Amino acid sequence: MGFLDINNVTKSYGNVEVLHRVDIAVEEGEFLVLVGPSGCGKSTLLNMIAGLEDITSGEIGINGRVVNGVHPSNRNIAMVFQSYALYPNMTVGQNITFGLEMHGVPKPERDKAMTDVAKLLQIEQLLDRKPGQLSGGQRQRVAMGRALVRDPDVFLFDEPLSNLDAKLRVDMRTEIKKLHEKLKTTIVYVTHDQIEAMTLSTRIAVMYQGYVQQLGTPKEIYDTPANLFVATFMGSPAMNIMPARVAVVEGRPHAVVQTSEGGEAQLPFSQDNMAAWDGKEILLGIRPEAITDPDGADRKSNNIVALQNRIVVTEPAGSDTFVTTTLGGKDVISRLRADVSVEPGQLFDFAVNMEKAVAFDPQTEARIEG
Amino acid sequence: MSASAQNQAVQTGRITRTFIYVFLLVASLFYLLPFFIMLVNSLKPLSEITGGNMMALPQTWTIEAWGAAWSTAQVGVEPTGLRPYFWNSIKMVVPAVVISTVLGALNGYVLTKWRFRYDTILFGLMLFSCFIPFQIVLIPMARILGMLGISGTTTGLILVHVVYGIGFSTLYFRNYYAAFPTELVRAAQIDGAGFFQIFRRIMLPSSGPIIVVCVIWQFTNIWNDFLFGASFASGSGAPMTVALNNLVQSSTGVKEYNVHFAGAILAALPTLLVYIVAGRFFVRGLMAGSVKG
Repeated sequence: MGFLDINNVTKSYGNVEVLHRVDIAVEEGEFLVLVGPSGCGKSTLLNMIAGLEDITSGEIGINGRVVNGVHPSNRNIAMVFQSYALYPNMTVGQNITFGLEMHGVPKPERDKAMTDVAKLLQIEQLLDRKPGQLSGGQRQRVAMGRALVRDPDVFLFDEPLSNLDAKLRVDMRTEIKKLHEKLKTTIVYVTHDQIEAMTLSTRIAVMYQGYVQQLGTPKEIYDTPANLFVATFMGSPAMNIMPARVAVVEGRPHAVVQTSEGGEAQLPFSQDNMAAWDGKEILLGIRPEAITDPDGADRKSNNIVALQNRIVVTEPAGSDTFVTTTLGGKDVISRLRADVSVEPGQLFDFAVNMEKAVAFDPQTEARIEG
Repeated sequence: MSASAQNQAVQTGRITRTFIYVFLLVASLFYLLPFFIMLVNSLKPLSEITGGNMMALPQTWTIEAWGAAWSTAQVGVEPTGLRPYFWNSIKMVVPAVVISTVLGALNGYVLTKWRFRYDTILFGLMLFSCFIPFQIVLIPMARILGMLGISGTTTGLILVHVVYGIGFSTLYFRNYYAAFPTELVRAAQIDGAGFFQIFRRIMLPSSGPIIVVCVIWQFTNIWNDFLFGASFASGSGAPMTVALNNLVQSSTGVKEYNVHFAGAILAALPTLLVYIVAGRFFVRGLMAGSVKG
């Protein structure tokens, strides 16, 4: 049983079940990110933790207490909203202390708490202003201040960075991470941005169509995705998925993939149990950074395979050069070092890191364990 | 506001502009003429009206008619002037406006932020009350007032106007609050504010423009109402509009047109005042939410 315990929770609207048996236990001090595309149920789950939506069945416990039916204000949680939801008629200071006032905290204590939080977030000079006079980043800070001042058991963040411009978003992301490392608070954070999920979290729950597709550390999610959806949703550019056939050659399972020139490349698996799939069709998943130029290949890997293929498009991105090529009849993106000179139409010697390759069952779309 | 309005105005040529000004001038003359005649004739002695030109300026300026209309003219059978009835109207209009506005605000708040099953149907039904003709409810209303034992009193009249006003005030506030971000209410809930605390601390402070619209609308309608006043309040309890009618209709003696004119202006003065003071908010409130910025 965790500090925040989501136990077999479902949510239905009428006859339509939108969340199916969600089971997540969050330890104290953990940073859990709920990530998924729009409509996957992540915000609904967050609102259920907050108490803003009823729980149809199952239990949610916070700090050892079942909170089903407990009013939001009595769950000892704080929430940062996507729109910040700052009270427009109050000053920043009043915004921050409104919750304390409603809980009957006397004024001297409120003021002290406000000063502490303002100092922590460096918004002391803004305390007398109205939210309308603040910039996006400042509003974001005030919204976090309003959550922090309550000293809650669990912080809930509902896509807090999606209203900021790209640069500020990256800054605030670091800021939130710093804050978490300093205060060691328990956080549940909802986002549709997989980069936010990867960078911020200690654990990620990838959600899709009302199911938790996979729950794990960022590394687990990235390296061993549970199914095709998780594999393609997490990572940018997305993982390359191509049809392949398994063939056992010299006692070792290989993935046989059609190259751009019409030939067949044999890529040896690192997972021995793939031999059980001998002769069957699978979907092979390889991330762009595992298909590189030979000099850029991971030197620690024991399974680098050379592969000659024709380049279709090159996209220099400054830090890397992304190259599109064709494998198994699909467009495949590979990530080369920035200063490799490549031309469209050129035959290029790629180095494929098969240690990082994963295989999926084409029927169930689940990853084949190995 | 005015600067941006000027920027958005379509650029026009000199001839078009002249035409617009002439047209506006004629239109305003058309609307101001009746008021001009009322004002001018209320400041004349009666002999000047009966013996001469209604349009002419007074030869002897006098405010005698105003004094008479206010405090000594024959209203019905009593020579009280309009004064007591003016206060009747105030005593009716202020509570009726306040109560219907507050109830409308609460209704709007519940209908948008505390949604429940069939709330849109309920709102639709409430809207119907905006379309019900006054005459239809006269008899049932008289019966209800009688059952409550408040027929013929100012309290009864307040009740009638509140009941009739709720439809409109709910419509105003519901539409205004529909655009009010629900996340604010949720944030306040998490902060621990209750139903009325959210209403008082979060919703009301942001409702200025729509409150002004609602107050002007209700004030004008209730102050100017004649039918309910004539039906449900009698004698010394009658509102200003009914008293004005009695003043003008008094059949004994000569018709004192100058007093009638003064009385009519007195009866219209409060609504005029409300428009002048709050009129600019009226337009602003009506447009609130419809145009960004």
